[in-house]
Amino acid sequence: MPLNHRPGYIQLLLRGLLAGLAAGLLAGGFAYLVGEPHINAAIAIEEAAAPAGETTDDPLVDRDVQSTAGLLLATALMGVAFGGILATAYTVLRRHLRTGSDTQAAFGLAGAALTGIVLVPFLKYPPNPPAVGNPDTIDQRTYAWLAVVVLGLVAVWAGVLAARTQSHQWRRAAAGTAAFLIVVTIAYTLLPTFREVPADFPATLLWDFRISSLGTQTVLWTALGLTFAGLLSRLTTGHRQTATEPVTTA
Amino acid sequence: MPKAQTLTTPAVSGKLLATAAGFTGLMLLLAYLVAFDQGALSQSGMYLHELMHDGRHLLGVPCH
Ligand SMILES: [Zn+2]
Repeated sequence: MPLNHRPGYIQLLLRGLLAGLAAGLLAGGFAYLVGEPHINAAIAIEEAAAPAGETTDDPLVDRDVQSTAGLLLATALMGVAFGGILATAYTVLRRHLRTGSDTQAAFGLAGAALTGIVLVPFLKYPPNPPAVGNPDTIDQRTYAWLAVVVLGLVAVWAGVLAARTQSHQWRRAAAGTAAFLIVVTIAYTLLPTFREVPADFPATLLWDFRISSLGTQTVLWTALGLTFAGLLSRLTTGHRQTATEPVTTA
Repeated sequence: MPKAQTLTTPAVSGKLLATAAGFTGLMLLLAYLVAFDQGALSQSGMYLHELMHDGRHLLGVPCH
């Protein structure tokens, strides 16, 4: 019997999906309370600016449904997808993460994702509320956004690799930070810039919306990391209490 | 009790890596459904796309 407890992929996956669902619903609640007022304000500006007659066409989905059930569905599904990916990354990478703590490993992976796919993209392409953005450039903006998401993860990965080349703690921190910033700087420089906020769009509304979007994604990844770490900890605690149970692998 | 016993270190095999890659693809498809799909994947026309509109904005995805 191995010293290390070895749960199967399925056991970890189910916990990741569950943590993702919980985190997604929590992020949806945050988005509803903090973000929706700004979306509604932006839509009001959009409709006031539209020529008369264009605002009356029947929407496919009611605004009330979009801002409640639709919002929760979107954040919950995204949470489940991220939870599945986090559990998969944990399964594959656990033995390469140089920490003796499962909580640190799970939270570290979630932190890496928060940095790579939320913070790095946010600073290059801050999200826009309705009424902001040129429909003609949506394809370029989408590809550029996907590129910065991938490059954000590459930057985190580069930071980890660089840190591992050093043995002294201060040099590890410095090397990791430097490698991360070099990749981010190259990515920001090479990727196109879009300046599409209308001159008369309220700056405070734009700021408030962007902060609420950053908050929504931060709540999602923080809650996901914490919940997944908590479920992992229950998994090992449970198995310590029933140590004679056969070790299952899926 | 040895300290290592508290670690949750999954066993990794080639078969597991293939399963993990397949499942990651499935999860990316789910994320695509929320972020970008306009009916091609959901086969619901623009309904799901419109339904999840606000979530897309607040999750930072370029929308329009
Ligand atoms: Zn939109």
